Amino acid sequence: MTVRSRRSGGLGPVTALRQVPLAVMALVVLVPLYFLVVSSFKTSADFAASPLGLPRHPTLEAYHKALAGHRIGLLFLNSLVISVSSVAVATAFGALAAFALAKMRFRGREPLFRLMLPLMVVPPIALLVPQFKLMSALGLVGNRLSVIVLYVGIMLPFTIYLLRNFFAGVPDELLEAARLDGCGTLATLVRVILPLSGPALMTASVVNFVFAWNELLISLVFLQSESQRTLVVGLTLFRSRFSLDVPVLMAGLAIATIPVFLVYLFGQRFLVRGMLSGSSR
Amino acid sequence: MEAAGVSTVAARQRLARQRLVPYLLVAPAVVVLAFVFAYPVVSLVVDSLSSPGLLGKTDHGLQNYQAVVRDPMFRRSLLNNLRLFVAVPVMTVIAVLVAALLFERVRGWRFYRSIVFLPYVLAIPVVGIIFSYMLQRNGLVNEVLRGVGLDALAKDWLGDSGLAIWSVWSAIVWQQLGFGVVLFLARLGSVDPSLYEAAMVDRAGWWARFRHITLPHLAPVIEFFVTLSLINMLSWVFNYVYVMTNGGPVNSTYVLELLIYQSAFRDDLPNIAAALSVVVLMFAVVLLSVQAYVRRRIERMQG
Repeated sequence: MTVRSRRSGGLGPVTALRQVPLAVMALVVLVPLYFLVVSSFKTSADFAASPLGLPRHPTLEAYHKALAGHRIGLLFLNSLVISVSSVAVATAFGALAAFALAKMRFRGREPLFRLMLPLMVVPPIALLVPQFKLMSALGLVGNRLSVIVLYVGIMLPFTIYLLRNFFAGVPDELLEAARLDGCGTLATLVRVILPLSGPALMTASVVNFVFAWNELLISLVFLQSESQRTLVVGLTLFRSRFSLDVPVLMAGLAIATIPVFLVYLFGQRFLVRGMLSGSSR
Repeated sequence: MEAAGVSTVAARQRLARQRLVPYLLVAPAVVVLAFVFAYPVVSLVVDSLSSPGLLGKTDHGLQNYQAVVRDPMFRRSLLNNLRLFVAVPVMTVIAVLVAALLFERVRGWRFYRSIVFLPYVLAIPVVGIIFSYMLQRNGLVNEVLRGVGLDALAKDWLGDSGLAIWSVWSAIVWQQLGFGVVLFLARLGSVDPSLYEAAMVDRAGWWARFRHITLPHLAPVIEFFVTLSLINMLSWVFNYVYVMTNGGPVNSTYVLELLIYQSAFRDDLPNIAAALSVVVLMFAVVLLSVQAYVRRRIERMQG
């Protein structure tokens, strides 16, 4: 086989051989997702008869049951409010700090920036008890604000790290020109730097949104009333009630997955970029 | 330069205000970080050294740590975290090989890349619940095994205390493998293609190209992925365990995080939980120091 045909991916024996491990991998990845989607379109009798096969009579019954009476809509809204507001606050605070860290000289700049990497890997559970005591002293347990503050804190190190590295690449001449035009600090940030930083802001928001939407531990501990629960917590508890009606449970999981699936479809390249920026220096 | 005294004062005031600007900009973030990280860490260390029953005083301050180290559940949990560490080299090797294959633009590589990354965005509880049902005694996995005549391999994956932690292990690998693949693939995309072309001209085989071009270029990203995954296995696996087994059967799947959670919120032993948390934090610090050392070595090797 020549070098050229190997590169062009013709169906020679070597190329065909390469498809085998990849196809096996794709199968292993897809089977659990197949189980999720296919089960959600079955009746529970259908599921009991054949957990593996395609639904004999595909039905939306499980989705109706999951949506009716179990307040999935409310849980969905709770998750949305918490995720969107914590992403917004983290991006705003992160951009302010990143601007100073990227473009200004001040005492403590280097140590502060160097702190971001270790903060990214602090195990969340380790700090949970003191955070809980602090929040209850402030009367914030059971208040969405507590979860939002904690999420913002967990998001900030990564957000600052990413935005600072991006902002540092904005040419100083542009900032100087804005200053000569009479722009103050905030105006320079909003009118010059942020419009140039779309991709970085997008990456930070996508990564942070996926984190907040999927987070279980903090919202489980801090939001105990049923009306405030987030979707992921709701489903984890919902599970024990519906452990016998698997299709309804799977329908609930599918509904909960829609927002992150959309983010995956449209934001995949931003997610990837965000991960790479974490590994570069 | 202003000459008049009045405007010098004004200029000095302006300068002072200018100096203040960066501090004002970082202030909101610093306040939140202090609230979420700094205060809790200090409070944790203080709590771990005191005992509530003795008006905040202990004989020598280390009683909570002694209790932790003597607790067989601590050793069992730590051992399970170490078992999860075994997933890291496995994931790394598979992810590097898959990325190297996809990088050669195998037919359908975009499709494979998207597929392998999909699990990564799912919520862990969603993954945990799906796997719990698939791994039940009469779940999908056993149905398939029985269907192909491998009845002997059909096990009670989550109910057997010897197997359950490995079932959790497999859910974690399933979800996190794609992160490594996509990370490595993205890094390979920025390798100078002329290196591979030169290797082709020299008739270097697949293994030679992999060994001498792909691996050295991936080394820093591999180091990043390994560190991140080890820290994940230490401090981000609570959700999998909580959803799939909640520590059972017969406490066989406890990990350090679950032990902290149960000590604090079920057993009401906040000081023990604090001592455990300090241990986990120190473990993370050790991992980070090792990473910093390895990174310096890699940088020196690559000049």
